[in-house]
Amino acid sequence: MGVMVSQGDPRLAVIGRRLARVARVVPVMSSKGGVGKTLLSCLLALALSERGARVGLLDLDVTNPTAHVVLGADLSKFPEEDRGVVPPLIGGVKFMSVAYYSGENPLPLRGWEIDNVVREVLAVTIWGDLDFLVIDTPPGIGDEVLDVLSYFPKHEPLVVATPSPLTVASVRRLLKLLTEAVKGELIRVVENMARDDSDIIADLAKKFHVGFLGKVRFDEGVDRAVGDIDALRRSRMYKDVSMIAEKLL
Amino acid sequence: MGAARVVHEWALAEAIADYVFKSAPSAKRVRVTVRLGELQAVDEGILKFALREIMKSEGIACEVVLKREDCVLKCRRCGHEWLLKEVEFGEEVREAIHFVPEVVHSYLKCPKCGSRDFEVIKGRGVWVEEVSWE
Ligand SMILES: Nc1ncnc2c1ncn2[C@@H]1O[C@H](COP(=O)(O)OP(=O)(O)OP(=O)(O)O)[C@@H](O)[C@H]1O
Ligand SMILES: [Mg+2]
Ligand SMILES: [Zn+2]
Repeated sequence: MGVMVSQGDPRLAVIGRRLARVARVVPVMSSKGGVGKTLLSCLLALALSERGARVGLLDLDVTNPTAHVVLGADLSKFPEEDRGVVPPLIGGVKFMSVAYYSGENPLPLRGWEIDNVVREVLAVTIWGDLDFLVIDTPPGIGDEVLDVLSYFPKHEPLVVATPSPLTVASVRRLLKLLTEAVKGELIRVVENMARDDSDIIADLAKKFHVGFLGKVRFDEGVDRAVGDIDALRRSRMYKDVSMIAEKLL
Repeated sequence: MGAARVVHEWALAEAIADYVFKSAPSAKRVRVTVRLGELQAVDEGILKFALREIMKSEGIACEVVLKREDCVLKCRRCGHEWLLKEVEFGEEVREAIHFVPEVVHSYLKCPKCGSRDFEVIKGRGVWVEEVSWE
């Protein structure tokens, strides 16, 4: 036999090993911006952890990370290391974000650079044993969202939608994309900022044969609780998200 | 600081090792050539040591060749090209870039026009240039 050669990106080869002991991956997505993905990801991670699950939270909104603001995470020092980066525990949740390295500086990136960041973070983060890895993603159907769908061997998308016609028009595209690749029973929709008893989002879920986990009501007090985990846990939004967590367990 | 860097190289060495195992699942003797971009500032000695240790524990004889690549930056707004060598960073910033090289955009601007919209056209990070086996 002659000599054989191969060349490529070593980071992609190790991602499977890094996620080997992560039981369930829940990317929180919405093609629509500002519908509450970040707040919901953080509260969901806290609620799952409060119920005894081992939970990780990954902020994959690479150019605009804000989950650390919700959790009040300390960015002043880098995460500890043990043959890789060990995400610090915040409110019982292992939390990883590019913000540990970029701070509050602007981080303008082109598409291939975002892909590079995602590969790097997935290749060096040591999650250990997790029951859930919750992932906050940016709006749209761009690099981070496509990377999640490609690099995570299994995932259960949680789609966030608000009861407005524009959100419905937008989220329909995402659901179309997701249902082409993921089994319907693994996709779930949550209605956020619900104000009345409209069925517009529940109907949307039904139309795509995906799960509907219920409504999270509009909570005018929640913004004041941002940055303070105890205050977040006392919010009405947290109560609603806890019901969603129960259904996911 | 020093201690932190040592262990990060292990994570990258594991990635290279997994790449080799996947490329050559039954090879007992391999040669791997790795390109190291200046931007990520990987410690060559530690990477080589870690990679050899991992390979040895799998019973594989591994020759490791490391190639340094200078980092070249190019502004997308004005076209100016410059070298990372011309830039001075503090220790904290170098450490941040070591973990996620793209955060260089948070700490550096084009020296000609001040734009952060530049490209790392060479010398970013770790790349397997060649694995060869028989
Ligand atoms: N249930 C709710 N009740 C009241 N306010 C809410 C609720 N959910 C989210 N918000 C508020 O809406 C705003 C946007 O929330 P958030 O940043 O979580 O959205 P997002 O979808 O992550 O946005 P982006 O698309 O920019 O990432 C925030 O001010 C947040 O506090
Ligand atoms: Mg967000
Ligand atoms: Zn310029």
